[in-house]
Amino acid sequence: MKLKANRVTLFLMVIPFVIIVFLFNYIPLFGWLYAFYDYKPGIPLSHTEFVGLKYFKWAIEEKDDLIRVLTNTLALSFLSILASPLSVIFAIMINEVNSKRFRKVVQTLTTLPNFISWIIVYSLATFMFSSGGLLNEVLMKLHWIEEPTTVLGNSNATWWFQTAITVWKNLGWGAIIYLAAIAGIDTELYDAAKVDGAGRFQRILAITVPGIMPTFFVLLLLNIASVLSNGASGFEQNFVFYNSQVGDKIEALDYYVYRVGIATGDVSFGTAIGIAKTLISVILLFSMNALSKRVRGHSVF
Amino acid sequence: MKNDSSIWFDIVNYTLQILFTLLCVYPFYYILIYSISDPQQALKGVFLLPNGFTIVNYTHIFRLDNMLNSFFISVLRTVSGTILTIACSSWLAYAVTKNELYFRKTIYRFVVITMYFNAGLIPWYITMKELGLKNNFLLYILPVAVVAYYVVLFKTFIEQLPPALEESAMIDGAGFLKIFTHVIFPLSMPIIATIAVFASVGQWNTWYDNYFLVSDDRLQTLQLILYNYLTDAQRIVSSSNLQDLNRGLAAKISPDSIRITITMVVTIPVLLVYPFLQRFFVKGLMVGAIKG
Repeated sequence: MKLKANRVTLFLMVIPFVIIVFLFNYIPLFGWLYAFYDYKPGIPLSHTEFVGLKYFKWAIEEKDDLIRVLTNTLALSFLSILASPLSVIFAIMINEVNSKRFRKVVQTLTTLPNFISWIIVYSLATFMFSSGGLLNEVLMKLHWIEEPTTVLGNSNATWWFQTAITVWKNLGWGAIIYLAAIAGIDTELYDAAKVDGAGRFQRILAITVPGIMPTFFVLLLLNIASVLSNGASGFEQNFVFYNSQVGDKIEALDYYVYRVGIATGDVSFGTAIGIAKTLISVILLFSMNALSKRVRGHSVF
Repeated sequence: MKNDSSIWFDIVNYTLQILFTLLCVYPFYYILIYSISDPQQALKGVFLLPNGFTIVNYTHIFRLDNMLNSFFISVLRTVSGTILTIACSSWLAYAVTKNELYFRKTIYRFVVITMYFNAGLIPWYITMKELGLKNNFLLYILPVAVVAYYVVLFKTFIEQLPPALEESAMIDGAGFLKIFTHVIFPLSMPIIATIAVFASVGQWNTWYDNYFLVSDDRLQTLQLILYNYLTDAQRIVSSSNLQDLNRGLAAKISPDSIRITITMVVTIPVLLVYPFLQRFFVKGLMVGAIKG
């Protein structure tokens, strides 16, 4: 009997936390209804007209905007994915260092950018790269340039610059995961290779790289699955670096939803785009998981 | 054993790593030396060493409108939010390891699935408003009380603890809550430290909830104050202490010095916290990774 009472108590003590999960993760899904109504802020949903798929059709009609935003999203995501092997290379480089202290210092200092907010990243970028910033000051002093220029307002450079910022922020942190994967490789493999006369590069290519590959593959699949808000196309990065000069090149899907939905007030339209994005992302995630099952024999999650 | 190509490899390898490390560190070093440079001399350029030395920037920014208060709010949300996240997520994780829990698997799945979808910005915005969290401090901490990813990390950690410890407490007649607080929680320190780093840095860095849903100045966070100062030059003058302006301090300060010093103040807590806990979170991540 005591056990029964214990079980009931346990269950009751879990319920409040399940409710919290429900409130903050599931309830917002009901907000998807707004996409199917002519919603105006301030008027309750019950007083607004049901319009079905009107806003989804509108999204397709407004295709110029959507194509521009999708191009930016895919370009920024694709460049971030293209840069992801850099973390693997960096991890291998760190692993090839014998001095423990050197490795520790490099690891600690290069993970720092991962822990700061996008507002700080933006702040630092302004001091470095704005027209009155450090880079211009140095280049002018060296007489390499006559007039200050700024990459922050140069729309031709935006995709590359944003990718570089993402790499700067994520490279060191990304390497930690691969270093852990390298640590999991059986050291006997290296010893055996040494006995067989394999050189340093041969050992890296024949043992370290294959040892990391499964981890890289999983992360790659997850990156592809989140292609609609990945890397430099994420909302926060877009938000802080957005300005009118680069707007056409930087604006990715999440920022677009914010701009039409909250800044402009087309709540229904913004929600419709958001729904489409979430659905595509979930489908991508399951496809990547299925792909992983087929190729590697087990799933990502 | 060392041959020529190996030595060249070392040289290139070390050089590249040092260069990238400098690239990561220099911007922070730059704002540090700029913030302690004399504001007027700093305008002529700061590169490797401070140009003049002063703490006037620091004394000035803490007298800007609302600065101290928002510092307090940021600290409060970080401390209370982290404690709440750890308490709720770890308890839920422990509960779902218990076969005695009714609907154990269903509850676990219900939580974990939330990692894979997101309702989106607008539904989130409207829901928070409807729940009465607009201009409410709870907005900062309550939505992240249970984080699915942390529940998974905790659960994985708890499952690899020796069951014998728990069984002996069970025989002594302890209930689940008592076993959790007296046996499981104290044993989980490595994973708690890991999650504490993630959660506290996350709390300290989050600004969008503040930006979208909190207009009340008394609840403003440091991140948003920084953002406002970065994007609005007029604000620095208008929110400066009148007495400072009268004493002619305004002539001595520069907007850039103010911005840089605020950036420094927002960065310092992160600089202090993360390196010491790094060894924990690398270990903690491993626990999660083995499972994954």
